[in-house]
Amino acid sequence: MKMKQVKRNLNPPPTSLQAEFFARILAAWSARLGVAILLFVLVAIVLGPVISPYGVNQMDLTQILGKPSASHPFGCDSMGRDLLTRLLHGGRYSLLLGFAASMFGALIGTFIGCIAGYFGGITESLLMRLMDVWSAIPGMLLCILVSIVMGAGFFPTVLALSIGSVPGGVRMVRGQILVERKKEYIEAAESINCSKMSIMFHHLLPNVIQPMIIITTMGIGSTIIMASALSYIGLGIQPPTPEWGAMLADGRNYIREFPHLITFPGISIALTVISLNLLGDGLRDALDPKMRN
Amino acid sequence: MSDAPLMEVRNLKKFFKVPSGMNHAVDGVSFTIGKGETLGVVGESGCGKSTLGRCVIRLQEPTDGHICLNGKDITHVRGKELKRVREQVQIVFQDPYSSLNPRHRIASTITEPLKRSGRFDNKSQLQEEAKRLMALVGIDQRLQQSYPHELDGGRRQRVCIARALALNPDFIVCDEPVSALDVSIQASVLNLLMKLQEDMGMAYLFVTHDLSVVRHISDHICVMYLGQLVEKSPTEELFMRTLHPYTKALLSAIPSVDIHKPMQQIRLRGEITSPINPKPGCRFASRCPYAMEKCQEPQRLEEIEPNHFVSCCRVREI
Repeated sequence: MKMKQVKRNLNPPPTSLQAEFFARILAAWSARLGVAILLFVLVAIVLGPVISPYGVNQMDLTQILGKPSASHPFGCDSMGRDLLTRLLHGGRYSLLLGFAASMFGALIGTFIGCIAGYFGGITESLLMRLMDVWSAIPGMLLCILVSIVMGAGFFPTVLALSIGSVPGGVRMVRGQILVERKKEYIEAAESINCSKMSIMFHHLLPNVIQPMIIITTMGIGSTIIMASALSYIGLGIQPPTPEWGAMLADGRNYIREFPHLITFPGISIALTVISLNLLGDGLRDALDPKMRN
Repeated sequence: MSDAPLMEVRNLKKFFKVPSGMNHAVDGVSFTIGKGETLGVVGESGCGKSTLGRCVIRLQEPTDGHICLNGKDITHVRGKELKRVREQVQIVFQDPYSSLNPRHRIASTITEPLKRSGRFDNKSQLQEEAKRLMALVGIDQRLQQSYPHELDGGRRQRVCIARALALNPDFIVCDEPVSALDVSIQASVLNLLMKLQEDMGMAYLFVTHDLSVVRHISDHICVMYLGQLVEKSPTEELFMRTLHPYTKALLSAIPSVDIHKPMQQIRLRGEITSPINPKPGCRFASRCPYAMEKCQEPQRLEEIEPNHFVSCCRVREI
């Protein structure tokens, strides 16, 4: 056994960056747990129509506010709709909103951050002052504001949810770019006639994107919570679409007598957010340059 | 030496604005390099030798002066013309760890200049070219898809050299290309550079602070002190007949392996004068053992021997 190990250390298998990277993410049990929970949630959501036989908006008037039973394992809501069905269907919206809004925010943040960091000078000053003003307004307030102005619907909600995360992303990407652009490979790229665009997106971007990936992954959780909060106050995704936050809002009137109405959506949100945070932690450990040998 | 010099630099100046004034990094440097020649530039840290190298190939904008490549003034060219200039001049940096993009594979780093030049657009052609260049600089073919962090310093520097060679340039600035490497690897990289010069006939501007390296590789040597040339001469002449007091001190600092040779190290006193807003006189005067009143006047390069220029008013006396 010992011999074997020594031999393996002497001749490490040829690794690609990607393979090494995934192995590093999954090294911690917490990240593995996060991936497992996330996969479980995703599979459940995808298989939703197979798991439960009811329609999303199918009402059963005999089961209004029904407690969990054999035919309705999670019970029914105030209109007699099967809670499990709505939970699984609503997961699509919650997760999709979380992912889409975080990605969109990260995309815009990265783009502006790249431009501010690389061009510098007056461009940078203008953009960064804009970001200062932008981040002076609380994220939730901005979100509510955009949601009211743009109205309900999927894309307006994505925009509303992503807008608060832009200044943070811009700051971080700009900071990274400021470090990277001083390195000699950028000068080398200039000396072989790379255009500014190509230096920015082909040379700099791959070197600054890692922290952004971590932040975005961790941000998906809070974006899902924010989406739920938005639905809770009646903005964002509108009924009868079963978004998790909207379901929470629905159940809050019956919280004393029928706690299951609020328990199951609550648990779903908590599980998803926890799994994403665990995955984000794993990503951070895998990508943190200080952990690298 | 051919009649038309490949590169002619006249009175090149590069000043940087700093809070307390102007930093005279390069101040009135002139030299010429013929085709296939190597000009060594030596000097201590912070004397502006790297800035000189970068200005010459227009990575930094010179403040004043002229740079002519093949008889054409390239001091202020822009756009497409600058693009064409950059296909003829290349640079190899000091630190092979930071001069390669850590996220790009070796083959794509080497072929990137070709892609940007638009000469090759065919993928298999590019791959052939990558193989050829890797063979040329002595990197194993199996490393094509590796990332820079998987290679050692010497191999990385070879990748940098391959990248510089990709477009077949006439002129390469080597900015201390071996000072970040182990001694044993230094020799192999230096030999590679010399062999490539023999085969392909490009000229080098070889910036270094290592005198034994520069003696090995250069045809001519410029000694720089605080942004100015203090001595310029053919290599052997410089080592046989050292004229400027600074060069003398510099050469006396080379350790010798000969135990019978008496140690005659010239110890310089004092600090380097600040390059920010320097006085008009000889910049070495504050540390020079021969300094006199007339050293406070501006100095200029004088041809003391054929092809041997010295910037010192007392050179004939000492």
